[in-house]
Amino acid sequence: MRREVPLLICAIVGFTLIIVYFVPHPPFSDMRDLFSDWFSVIAAFAIYLGILNLLKNSVDKVFRKRSGWGFSIVIIAGFVLFVFIGLYEGSDFGEIGTRYYWLYDRIYFPLMATMFAILAFFIGSASYRAFRARNVEATVLLLAAFFVMLGRVPIGYYLTSWLPEGWRMGDVANAIMTYPQMAGQRAVMIGIALGIVSTSLRIILGIERTFLGGE
Amino acid sequence: MGFFERLLKIDRRIIFTFIAVAIALPLFFNVSMYVETTSEVVGIFSAVDSLSPGSKVLISFDYDPGSMPELQPMAESFLRHCFSRDLKVILMGLWPQGPLQANWALDVILNDPDIKVKNLKYGVDYVNLGYTAGNEVVIQRMGSDIHAAFPVDYYGTSLDEIPLMRGVRNFNNIDFVYNLSAGYPGTMEWVQFAADRFHARLGAGNTAVQAPLMYPYLGKKQLVGILGGMKGAAEYEVLAQRPARAVRYMFGQGISHAVVIFFVIIGNLAFFATRKKKES
Amino acid sequence: MHPSPDIGIWIGGLLTLGIFSFLYGDNPYYKFCEALFVGVSAGHWFITLFWTVFIPKLLGNIGIAIHTFRTEGFAAGMSDYMHWSYIFGGILGFLMILRLFPKIGWISRWSLAFVVGTTAGYYFINYLVSNGLMQIQKTILPLTSVGNIILVVGTFCGLIYFFFSKEHKGAFGGLARVGIWFLMITFGASFGYTVMSRMSLLIGRMDYIFGIWLGMIR
Repeated sequence: MRREVPLLICAIVGFTLIIVYFVPHPPFSDMRDLFSDWFSVIAAFAIYLGILNLLKNSVDKVFRKRSGWGFSIVIIAGFVLFVFIGLYEGSDFGEIGTRYYWLYDRIYFPLMATMFAILAFFIGSASYRAFRARNVEATVLLLAAFFVMLGRVPIGYYLTSWLPEGWRMGDVANAIMTYPQMAGQRAVMIGIALGIVSTSLRIILGIERTFLGGE
Repeated sequence: MGFFERLLKIDRRIIFTFIAVAIALPLFFNVSMYVETTSEVVGIFSAVDSLSPGSKVLISFDYDPGSMPELQPMAESFLRHCFSRDLKVILMGLWPQGPLQANWALDVILNDPDIKVKNLKYGVDYVNLGYTAGNEVVIQRMGSDIHAAFPVDYYGTSLDEIPLMRGVRNFNNIDFVYNLSAGYPGTMEWVQFAADRFHARLGAGNTAVQAPLMYPYLGKKQLVGILGGMKGAAEYEVLAQRPARAVRYMFGQGISHAVVIFFVIIGNLAFFATRKKKES
Repeated sequence: MHPSPDIGIWIGGLLTLGIFSFLYGDNPYYKFCEALFVGVSAGHWFITLFWTVFIPKLLGNIGIAIHTFRTEGFAAGMSDYMHWSYIFGGILGFLMILRLFPKIGWISRWSLAFVVGTTAGYYFINYLVSNGLMQIQKTILPLTSVGNIILVVGTFCGLIYFFFSKEHKGAFGGLARVGIWFLMITFGASFGYTVMSRMSLLIGRMDYIFGIWLGMIR
């Protein structure tokens, strides 16, 4: 029950979705649609699992007064605020002008946007400390970055506008992106694809069982 | 300790200050910059231009506020382009923040004087399907039945009651798909399902981090074009002859790149100078 | 300078500064903003899923199924019966939640197996076709231009580099080395684009602080 049933479910679902690509007709197409509908619901429950786990840990931290328990109260308060207003607003919660939209715009948006924006400082610092032309390969990497960084902004154009068309910074950046960069990306893409295809097959056939965990 | 050694051990907060100044200062100057256009952006612009009025365009907002400065200008200029050409627009999101970002863009564009005069109606000219869980599996379900993937729109109205959605069952009824993506699920999944399985015409706007990864898909069959980062957004604004936020930000973008290049050069100079000293 | 009179913008501005304060060092102001971010993110996911999946999809479909059964009984068509299937999706989803209870948590493996099976089934085909075969097809080009030669040679040598079953020596090693150069150009371009991306995001925040909040930018 603990191992056999999950392996069977995984194999049936996996094989059905492979077969339906070649035979897109009933009953396989109906099964695919059925599985897709269920997947959507299960995915929602899976996210709820994550949220409940976060709340469980936060509440636990507050009751046991572990270090940083005050911030756990902030987590719970933020969650309750959004859920309360979201439920109060009803299914129109996302419309412009609602209280929920106000919270999204004034609290969620600045917090999230700044979380990502802060990385600009660290990438600047990393460029200064770690980006070294130690050998030929690193120099190639550095030069590619140099041409792309300058070629993709107007400054690159102004610096090289005196050159004939086709030789300006923007043209060099275009050429890098369209040919050697694309070739490298494609090699990585094909390599990853082969890895994923073989792993998927191993999972469906029940050879790869790590997702079942221990016991 | 010599000059270069001290330079290598400089406090990171000094570097942070340089970056903050390099980004903030250009915003105070209204400098108009020339923006070169690339074939990847022209590909999407021409694809939209070639659609006849009344054609249906699906836009998927697969990003959150974290990527707004790059993707929101793309969303706005694309929406303006669609509405100015009298195309019918279906909005959705595979990220739970997506439909809100869509509403944000709609709010800006519907208040644009050129678009406002058209008196566009929700449900007739545009619709927001909202979000549904399931990532790429949602795209697969849309390929067989959009009404099953999204039984109701973002506001809880049944899709059967929305005039724009009555004749739209799957990708066969959609003339162009535009995906604004900041990661997973995003452009890769739209290519794999919408373009490769259901042969939808697909274009994408990506964050600059993700854009290079999508280049191998470029071509008629998979991806007609791609907007990469704020530069891509600025190109689209230039092509539409409506320079807006992205074009305005290009000056700051250029200065910030120059500062990073300056750091790389100084860092390398200091590194090699100290290495030579150590060797000798 | 015309600071915004909107209190919401002031809240947004202060939260922005709170996150930025991490640049100086970890501090309670930052930790407060971080905790708030985690909480409101969870709240947003919760509400969005509630109004877009649980109500219209799960309860909506089961509601339609019950209504159809009441009005038409067993005379309903096949498509009407399909609405009942959402009960299975709901049960599988509920099993996932049981993971929170250690004693019966093992049963969540059933729904996990469903998710893994679905993903594996789709990935097997998608990656094989879109990222494998179609990319190979796109790389088989006539060697009539420098660009095409670079594309073919670069992709081939890049793949050679990823082939670790044979030692990278001799001609094979030489090709792998060419592959490394192509990969370095790829990573360099990606780095350039990453810088571009991060700077754009910071421009957005600076515009918020100095433009929308403090009203210093026209």
